[in-house]
Amino acid sequence: MSLALLFQYLVAGITYGTIYAIVAIGFNIIYNTTGIINFAQGEFVMLGGMIGVTLHAFVPVPLAIAGAVLATMLAGALIEMVFIRWLRRPSVLRLIIITIGLSIAIRELALLLWGEGVRALPYFTGTAVTSFSVGDVHISPQVLWVLGISAVMVAALNFFFSRTLLGRQMRACACNREAAQLCGISAKNMVTLSFVLSAGIGALAGCVISPITYVQYDSGTSLAIKGFTVAILGGLGNSMAAIAAGLLLGTLESFSIWVMPAAYKDVIAITILLLILFVRPSGLFGNAEAARLKEY
Amino acid sequence: MKTSGIVAAFVLTTLLGAGASQAKGSTIKIGAIFSKTGPAANLGGPEARTLEMLVQETNKKGGLAGYQIELIVKDSGSSPEKAISFAKQLIEEDKVFAIIGPSTSGETLKIKAIAEEGKTILLSCAAAEAIVNPVASYVFKVAPNDSHAARRIFEQMKKMGISKIGLLSSNTGFGKAGKEQVEKLAPGFGIQIVANEVYEKEATDLTAVVTKLKAANVQAFINWSIEPAQAIVIKNARQVGLSVPIFQSHGFGNIQYAKAAGPAAEGVIFPASRLLVADSLPASDKQKPVLLKYKQSYEALYKEDASTFGGHAHDALLLLGKALEKAGALDKEKVRAALESLQGVVGTAGVFNFSARDHGGLGMDAFEMQTVKNGKFVVYSDTAAKK
Repeated sequence: MSLALLFQYLVAGITYGTIYAIVAIGFNIIYNTTGIINFAQGEFVMLGGMIGVTLHAFVPVPLAIAGAVLATMLAGALIEMVFIRWLRRPSVLRLIIITIGLSIAIRELALLLWGEGVRALPYFTGTAVTSFSVGDVHISPQVLWVLGISAVMVAALNFFFSRTLLGRQMRACACNREAAQLCGISAKNMVTLSFVLSAGIGALAGCVISPITYVQYDSGTSLAIKGFTVAILGGLGNSMAAIAAGLLLGTLESFSIWVMPAAYKDVIAITILLLILFVRPSGLFGNAEAARLKEY
Repeated sequence: MKTSGIVAAFVLTTLLGAGASQAKGSTIKIGAIFSKTGPAANLGGPEARTLEMLVQETNKKGGLAGYQIELIVKDSGSSPEKAISFAKQLIEEDKVFAIIGPSTSGETLKIKAIAEEGKTILLSCAAAEAIVNPVASYVFKVAPNDSHAARRIFEQMKKMGISKIGLLSSNTGFGKAGKEQVEKLAPGFGIQIVANEVYEKEATDLTAVVTKLKAANVQAFINWSIEPAQAIVIKNARQVGLSVPIFQSHGFGNIQYAKAAGPAAEGVIFPASRLLVADSLPASDKQKPVLLKYKQSYEALYKEDASTFGGHAHDALLLLGKALEKAGALDKEKVRAALESLQGVVGTAGVFNFSARDHGGLGMDAFEMQTVKNGKFVVYSDTAAKK
C-alpha cells in the first residue's frame, strides 16, 4: 500500500472518529451532572440536523444552525422539566429507561413530522464533490469544518467547566449532589442545564455532520451507539478523552476495511466496547479509583 | 402505522356501518406489508402512500372489479422477522385475500413459503429473482429482475469499453441478490470484478471503501443498494478523486438520493423504470398514459416526487384487479390462475406477461438506462454523455 493510500485511510478514520467523538461529548456532559447515560443523545443530533435543514429553506446556513441549536436546547430543557425534574430520588436505572423511552418517542415524532426521507444541509464550503488535495490525499472541506468545530467546542466546554462559576457548580453537583445543595447550588437547575447544554452540542454536531452523513428520522440511533462506545472507551465524563478515543476507533474502523469486508466495521466497535467493559471499565484514559467512587 | 391505521380504521368503520345493507362477498380484504420505517423506508413509504391513495380512488369509483377494498397496511420496519409475523397474522387472523409487498427482497424471501402454505396470493414489490425462481404458485412479483438490471449495466459497460470494475453492495437482501447476479453474469460479458466490497446498511461515510476501489485501479464501479449509502458512496468517490464512471442499480430510482448527493450524482448511470422520465417519453410510448396518470395523481396528493417503488404498489393492485375481473369470482385459486395467465398488462414498471413458469412478467425492456443531468433523471444516451 502506498503512502498516499495510507493517509487516505487515515483521513477517512479521522472523519469517522470526529463524528463519533462529537456525539460522545454530549453523553459525557449529562453523565457528569447526573450520573446517567442519556440514550436520547443521538436523537438530539438528529433533531438538530432536521431542524437545521428545515430552517435552511428560509434562512442562510449559519442562521439555520443557530436556530436549530436553540430549538434543540429548548427541546432538551422541556424534556428534562417534563420527564425528569419532578422525579423524587430517581434511581439511575429508572432515569436510563426514561431516556430510552424518550429516544423512541422523539424518533417516532420525527417520522411523523418529516417523513422517512434523507436530508442534508449544503456543504459549508464548496459542494459534495469538492475536495482539496495534499499530494495524492484528498480531503473534503466539510471534514475540516467538523474537526474545527469539534475542537472549538471542546475548548469552550473545558473553559466553561473549569473557569466559570456555572460550570463549577455543575461539576460540584456531579461530585456530590447533597454537598453541592448544602452550598446553595440548585441541583435541579444544574441537571436542566446539562440537558440544555448537551442538546445544544448534539444539535450543533447534527448540523455540521449532516452534509457528510445525511440526516433522517432514525439516524440518531446508530450515531448514539458509536458515540456511546467512544464515551466508554475514553472513560465516561472526560471530553478530551472522548476525542482521543473517537479518533482511535475511527482510525481502527477505517483501516479494518483494508483487511476485512467493510460490513464488519461495526464488529470492531462492539468488540472494543466489550473488551473495555471487561478489562478496563473506567475507560482507556479514565481513573479506575475515581470510577469506583461514583455511585451507581 | 399511523395514517394507515387511521385509513384502515376508517375503511373498517364505514364497512361495518354499511355492512348490514351490503351483500356478503362484496368486499375484498387486501393486506400490505411495507417497510414504512427502517433503512428501506424510502421504498415502503411511497408504496404505502400509493396504495392508500389508489384504494380510496378505487373504492370511490365502485371498487376493484366491483369489490370494495378493505386495506390493512403493516409496517415491517424493513425487518424480515416482523414481515414473517405480519404475514402470518394477515393470513391466519385477518384472512386477507391477497398480500401486496413486502418492499424488500430479504423480507419477501422469508415469507414466500408462508404465503404458499397459506394459499394466499403474494404480490411482492421487491426485485430479487429468487422470489419467483423457483416458482411458488401463489407468489408473484411486480418489480423487474435484478439480472435484467445487471445485464443492461454490462451491455452499457461493453459499449464504453470497460472491463475492470469494482462492485459495492450493502449487506441487505437487495444488495446480496444484486451482488450474486453481477458476479454470475460478469464473466459472460468479459468483465472482471477486481474489488468486491460489502458495507453495512447504516453506513454514514464510505471514504475508506472507495479508497480501496481507487487502489484497485477500477475502470468503473457498480453500487448495489437502496439505502442513503448509495448517495454517500458517490459523494465519497468523487471526494477522494475517483473519477471513473459510476453505475448504480435500479435502487437509485428515487430522485431524493440524486438530490441529496447534489453534483456528485451528475452522470451516474443506472437502469430504471420509465416512470422517472415519464414526461420526456415519446407520445407513442405504450406506458406513457399509465405513468403520467399515476405520477400526476401521486404528486398532487402527496406533494413529493413519485418513485418507481410507489409504482410497484400501483402495478400490484392493477394486476390484482385485472385478475379478479378475469376470474369473475372471489376465489383465491381462480384469481391465482387468472394472474398467471395475464398478458400485455401495461403497468408503471413495464408490460407484464405472466405465465405458469414466469411469475415476474417483466422483460429486459422494463429498464431504460438513465442518468442524472442538472439534478434530474433523464434517458441516457451515449452521444449526450460524450461531452
